[in-house]
Amino acid sequence: MTGIIEIDNLSKQYDSGTKALSDVTMSIEEGEIIALLGPNGAGKTTLISIICGLVVPTGGTVRVDGHDIRTDWRAARKLIGLVPQEIALEPFETVFNSVRFTRGLYGEGRDDAYIEQVLRSLALWDKRDAATKDLSGGMKRRVLIAKALAHRPKVLFLDEPTAGVDVTLRREMWQVVGQLRREGVTIILTTHYLEEAEEMADRVGVISKGQLLLIRPKDELMREFGRKTLTIELDEALHAIPSELLGRGLELAPEGDRITYNYDTTAERTGIARLLGELATLGITVRDVSTRQSSLEEVFISLVQEGEAA
Amino acid sequence: MTLLNWPGIWAIFHHEMMRFFRTIWQSLASPVVSTVLYFVVFGAAIGGRIQSVEGVPYGAFIVPGLMMLTVLQQAVSNASFGIYFPKFSGTIYEYLVSPVGWIEVTLGFVGAAAAKAILIALVILATSFFFVGVHILHPLWMLAFLFLTALGFSLLGFILGLWAKSFEQLQIVPMMVITPLVFLGGAFYSASMLPPFWEGVAKLNPVLYLISGFRWSFFGLADVPVGVSLFAVAIFIVICLAIIRWIFATGWRLRE
Repeated sequence: MTGIIEIDNLSKQYDSGTKALSDVTMSIEEGEIIALLGPNGAGKTTLISIICGLVVPTGGTVRVDGHDIRTDWRAARKLIGLVPQEIALEPFETVFNSVRFTRGLYGEGRDDAYIEQVLRSLALWDKRDAATKDLSGGMKRRVLIAKALAHRPKVLFLDEPTAGVDVTLRREMWQVVGQLRREGVTIILTTHYLEEAEEMADRVGVISKGQLLLIRPKDELMREFGRKTLTIELDEALHAIPSELLGRGLELAPEGDRITYNYDTTAERTGIARLLGELATLGITVRDVSTRQSSLEEVFISLVQEGEAA
Repeated sequence: MTLLNWPGIWAIFHHEMMRFFRTIWQSLASPVVSTVLYFVVFGAAIGGRIQSVEGVPYGAFIVPGLMMLTVLQQAVSNASFGIYFPKFSGTIYEYLVSPVGWIEVTLGFVGAAAAKAILIALVILATSFFFVGVHILHPLWMLAFLFLTALGFSLLGFILGLWAKSFEQLQIVPMMVITPLVFLGGAFYSASMLPPFWEGVAKLNPVLYLISGFRWSFFGLADVPVGVSLFAVAIFIVICLAIIRWIFATGWRLRE
């Protein structure tokens, strides 16, 4: 099955010689949410900018719903909405007119009812007649989203939607994305907040130094890497794991005073309560318990380091 | 060729015109006030000594030149500001990611800038009726020259706005190039009033051809044949269009 976006060997080398993107290939399915993770300057924005038409690639192709972005750019661009990283709005324009203007640019006829619907869904309807310069930062960002949605795009690009945004606003932005997903919009977002990728994405792509290191379902990544480790400190050292507890994947520290237990956070039963109960029954006194999660962040850091070493 | 995105052209044109109408009084007041001043200074004070140029009263003789001066200034500044402002505010990205090509963007911005310039020129013409009796010999040709000039210089302004990287650059060209060309282009005198050598130099000035043609449409008098004037404007427009097309095709100062 071909995806709504097909990227083949996409490369970008700037005149200065900097290679911003090397041979990126990926396919994005309709309706999914992809989070592109990567450090600053990794090439995330370059990738998005090429697909949207802001940057001219030096090699490779991109097709949006079958339309090549270079040769069939009008059709390709009509399907795309972009929310840029930097807030850029005409300061004296009202919210409503600004959204209506964008709709016109995309060749769509006037449809005030639809614009009203978009503004209401983004909690901007009360501000429709306000000049954009008088809005708060969060509202401005929502205006940018409203503009990007003005022509009912099938694919929405969000370039660092929550960069420099406070926690409340971030949650708010996630809700907006969730709502768009329910409406069937394909969303590609870049972020360097792993929490954001964990929260929203169906698949996660990791980009570093212009290369796509991997793109995999988030759940799979979390299952593989997102395990938790329970460390149980014992009052008295043991020589070995008691036979009753063998086969549970428990490990005893060389000093014998610590047991570690790896468990899957996504599993229905973690087995922690049972383990602690059994320890008590066996008369083993627990001094302290701590847990540690290998987060997407660690996955990410190790991947980027591997990428750099390669 | 793909069909043009007309709603896109209209969106840009309408957006630009709205800005003009939001500040309609400022937009009109300054050209009208300066025209009145020109009439007072050139028409009344100097005109009292010159009487007439080739049979046309001096006050009336300067009307086409004044209109041209305004059209050139307004066309260049409106078009250059129109496209420079989105570059400055960052909203230029919208034009680059939406399905509008160089033709749509140019038609929208340049069309609006030319429309504003023509509107202001007509207001100046109306103002001049209060000071002098002006009879227009070829009204349709007058409108045609007005339109072509507004178009040509809006295109030039558009290029300027695409090129400019700062507000200073945006202002330096109208100040250093356009205004001198208009003054030396015979806005307030006939080139034939100059000594032969300077008359030859004046004929290297493209604006002379515009003013000459325009003045011909009013009084039937011209420094150069009307056909040459028309040809010069047409060439000018074609060159500007070619440059704009090149800028959008290569993405110079627009795309990375």
